[in-house]
Amino acid sequence: MPDKTVPHYDVIIIGAGSVGVPAAFSLAKAGVRTLVLDRMPSVGQGSNKAAIGGIRATHSDPAKIRLSLRSIEIFSTWKENYGDEIEWHKGGYSFVAYRQQEEKALKDLLAIQHSYGLNIQWLDRDTLLDVIPGLNPNGLIGGTHSPDDGNASPLLAVHAFFRHAKRLGARFQFNETLTGVVLQGGRVRGVKTDKGEYGADVVINAAGPWAKAVGQMAGVDVPIRTDSHEAAITEGVARFLDPMVVDLRPGPGSANCYFYQGYTGQVLFCITPHPNIWGEDTRETSGFLPMVSPRMVELIPRLSNIRVRRTWRGLYPNTPDGFPIVGWSKEVEGFLLAVGMGGQGFMLGPGLGELLARLVTNMLEPQDHEVLEHLSPYRKLAGHEELE
Amino acid sequence: MTSDRIEKHPILTIEPRKSVAFYWQGKKLIARQGETIAAALFANGVRVFGHHPKDGAPQGIRCANGQCAQCLVLVDGKPVKSCMELVRSAMRVEPVHEMPELPAADQVPEIRRIEEITVEVLIIGGGPAGLSAAIELGKLGIETLLVDDKHRLGGKMVLQTHRSFGSVDAVHAGTRGIDIATTLETEMRKYDTVRIWLHSTVLAVFSDRKVGVLHQDGRRYTLIAPRALLVATGAREKSLIFKGNTLPGVYGAGAFQTLVNRDLVRPSQKLFIVGGGNVGLIAGYHALQAGIAVVGVVEAMPECSGYHVHRDKLVRLGVPAYTSHAIVSANGDEKVESVTIAQVSKSFRPIIGTERSFTCDTVLVAVGLDPVNEFYLKAQEVGLRAFAAGDAEEIAEASSAMFSGKIKALEVARALGYPVAESPQNWYHAVEILKSKPGKTKKNPLPEAESGIVPIFHCSQEIPCDPCTAVCPQEAIYIDKADIRQIPTFSGEQSGRPCIGCEKCVTICPGLAITLVDYREDPEVPTVAIAYEFLKDSIHIGEMVTVLDAAGVVLGDVEVTSVRSFKHHDRTLVVKVKAPKAYAKRIAGIRVQEERWTRPLDQPVRRLIDDTIICHCERVTATEIRTLIRQGYRDLNEIKVVSRAGMGACGAKTCTSLIHRLFREEGVAEAEWVDQVKRPLFMEVPLGVFAGVVEKEKKNRA
Repeated sequence: MPDKTVPHYDVIIIGAGSVGVPAAFSLAKAGVRTLVLDRMPSVGQGSNKAAIGGIRATHSDPAKIRLSLRSIEIFSTWKENYGDEIEWHKGGYSFVAYRQQEEKALKDLLAIQHSYGLNIQWLDRDTLLDVIPGLNPNGLIGGTHSPDDGNASPLLAVHAFFRHAKRLGARFQFNETLTGVVLQGGRVRGVKTDKGEYGADVVINAAGPWAKAVGQMAGVDVPIRTDSHEAAITEGVARFLDPMVVDLRPGPGSANCYFYQGYTGQVLFCITPHPNIWGEDTRETSGFLPMVSPRMVELIPRLSNIRVRRTWRGLYPNTPDGFPIVGWSKEVEGFLLAVGMGGQGFMLGPGLGELLARLVTNMLEPQDHEVLEHLSPYRKLAGHEELE
Repeated sequence: MTSDRIEKHPILTIEPRKSVAFYWQGKKLIARQGETIAAALFANGVRVFGHHPKDGAPQGIRCANGQCAQCLVLVDGKPVKSCMELVRSAMRVEPVHEMPELPAADQVPEIRRIEEITVEVLIIGGGPAGLSAAIELGKLGIETLLVDDKHRLGGKMVLQTHRSFGSVDAVHAGTRGIDIATTLETEMRKYDTVRIWLHSTVLAVFSDRKVGVLHQDGRRYTLIAPRALLVATGAREKSLIFKGNTLPGVYGAGAFQTLVNRDLVRPSQKLFIVGGGNVGLIAGYHALQAGIAVVGVVEAMPECSGYHVHRDKLVRLGVPAYTSHAIVSANGDEKVESVTIAQVSKSFRPIIGTERSFTCDTVLVAVGLDPVNEFYLKAQEVGLRAFAAGDAEEIAEASSAMFSGKIKALEVARALGYPVAESPQNWYHAVEILKSKPGKTKKNPLPEAESGIVPIFHCSQEIPCDPCTAVCPQEAIYIDKADIRQIPTFSGEQSGRPCIGCEKCVTICPGLAITLVDYREDPEVPTVAIAYEFLKDSIHIGEMVTVLDAAGVVLGDVEVTSVRSFKHHDRTLVVKVKAPKAYAKRIAGIRVQEERWTRPLDQPVRRLIDDTIICHCERVTATEIRTLIRQGYRDLNEIKVVSRAGMGACGAKTCTSLIHRLFREEGVAEAEWVDQVKRPLFMEVPLGVFAGVVEKEKKNRA
């Protein structure tokens, strides 16, 4: 029998971030009594605020494509549906190719992407230069362009989901650290925190980089490993760049480089460190700007003049095969995993939030099964993603 | 053609400088070589440098110290802080009204690797603390690199035309700050082991204990790995919450002193000062010296918090001090046209119906300083051996900064393993005294003697200051060396060492608080010698002047009998007046500003628009932040997300303390709110600099 003195919820979500907050919104919308716990003092203060805000559906697998397509629908219509400015900008994505190996990899993917109905084309050199004026033409072969992709402010978006989730009845507790998951007879009964205890039928692990520790509290192994990526933002300037530019070529210290000009005119940029910087250190390094800046100046010489305002580091929770892990635990009944977003929690979040709500309410739609199969915690965790 | 340059100054030497032509909005203007763009614009009467892209609010100078981003202009198409960049010949300067166009570039530029260097000690800041520290490290032969973001060493001492307080023995008290700066710099430059990078800004201390520095006039970025870091970055001025608080013409007292005393421009005709601390009071004095009317000083507390000698000096010159008053609004559309003040209740709220307005073109905000300590905190966080000295450690006078720089330098040396003896205990004692806030006020009874020469000390408050004791040839002025906060005593006749009338104490007193009453010629109408630091041609023998007592009470009009300047008096004039013996001893000063300058308007001006700005960069109002606080927001990071306060160019250097103030006003305890996570960079820097783009040498480098 549940303890009557302990407040009871249908669902407790661990983590008020890019995944947890949209999930709370969708659950609350479905009438599910939801509590979100976060050890940070306010919403989105973990990895959400570290995301640069790129949103694309042009992945290489059905699960992420489906989830992101739905996310884009939600992001792009948010303002008209709910009124909040989340700085959605449909600027598209463009992967540029200066070498045959990137050209081939990108073109090979197009077939898969087209099979899911994605709006993405291969542009030759000159057409691409029209889409990205100022792109270095020397050696440029061409590139992909997916005009329906875009970007939004992770901070504003998560905050909008947060406010509407609250409006719909979801509760949020900040500055509260999970200390244990209460289990009974192989199923979830609730959670304990540094401030108290809550009963629940379902606990969703949406703790991002800290999901492994949360899993351990329930006795569920979450195979993620965290690495750290550095990013920066510039001053705002008049619009000169529409798509997110992605350069897949490796460079010294980096596996790639990507940047875009956001709604506020500011340029946000990032690299994937190579080799990975494992761990949870999010303090700024001296190496980042000298490493990323030449890459960007070489791609678009005009960027040499834009002034960098701020740098920061964020964490990527990585799974062995690079795909998120989403689904019920078989070991612990009522323990739902939504982990291992690998730096894509923001773009997957809204679509994933709805899927999690459908899972909890047993309202799965036919195409959900393919997604869940692909992201199953019990899939063979091998291989790697084509377009990380 | 209008020119707002200072051509004559009682203290500052105005050297002739070459003219440089530049363009503002396509119009040719004349600048002086070596001055900042902001100074050149001010000298040409330009006060509005642009309009904010968000709401069209006029923008101009605010900090003049590279801390904010309000003085942004476009130079040859590129945005720069006009207060930090020197004007160059033929430079094309344009205002910023909307989001700037990113200048185009076709060619991939030549790129070189970002250099990394090591150094034993890196000192950030070449003000009193940094220079003093560098001298000590120089004496020890320890390899030191000192970086300073300005074009000239000395920090804020280069703005100090007044004589320094503190101890003569330890920190050059009695000498003007501008001259101390030169003395320290000359001394430091004697040591080969000390390298100096001017116009070099530290951008960040990184987790790998490297310090990123922008140097070579902003063209080059270098990473420095010091074994020890000494942060002597000084302070930044606090801002204040009132309507119209970002109108051009509202700026920090330090900004004003920079424009007047360093850049030699007259930014104002009539100004009003908010804050009765030393900074505000001294700024008022500097304004009068530069020929600018000072309409008044408001101080919310019942007493000015600055040294009484500073307050008294200003009041005597004819500046009213409105204690228990606060500013309500700065008024005007494009720039300040008037100010409205009101009396405040015990809880510091303006009392309705007590509002008064004054015409002025400038409002100086001097409501305290915050340490620039982010590099120190970051260095500690990442495990770099770090020390802080001067205002970066604790806000105090320049005198204590010098001493603390010296002490910290030796601590640095010891920490690095150099054989340096422990600093004497009395040094720590001395620095505590120099840092101390003004102490008790004692009313010194006026001496009874009415014969010979009688020195009068209009100095009634315990402050760390002793220059008068060092100059008396009779050695008759005494302050205990163990605690120089004591009020001086004159032993004179009792000790058999009477005053000989040399006037040295009169001219060296930083508070201009010593007079000599000479009864020898006419005991009924003695002669009073008064220190005077205004232009010599502003006062003439034979003319009548109004004299006042220490607190500013008018005593009468008396005749000037002598105006003299001696070289050894270092630009302080001694004015003699003949006054009736009834009040001769009470005379402490001469009024220089007529009462008509300080009269209020007939009706108070009410500012109806709600433009009390908290975040200057993103134009976020107090109302917006207050609403969020009332809705329960406690995390400044979240407030930033929702309002954008703190997201702007300056890196939350201004708004953070203002948001704290709003929290307090809303009754939120400090333990309840969460501060913003501070991230690099210290200021915005072009990406190309980090890429190592080799830029062609700028033409006509000053």
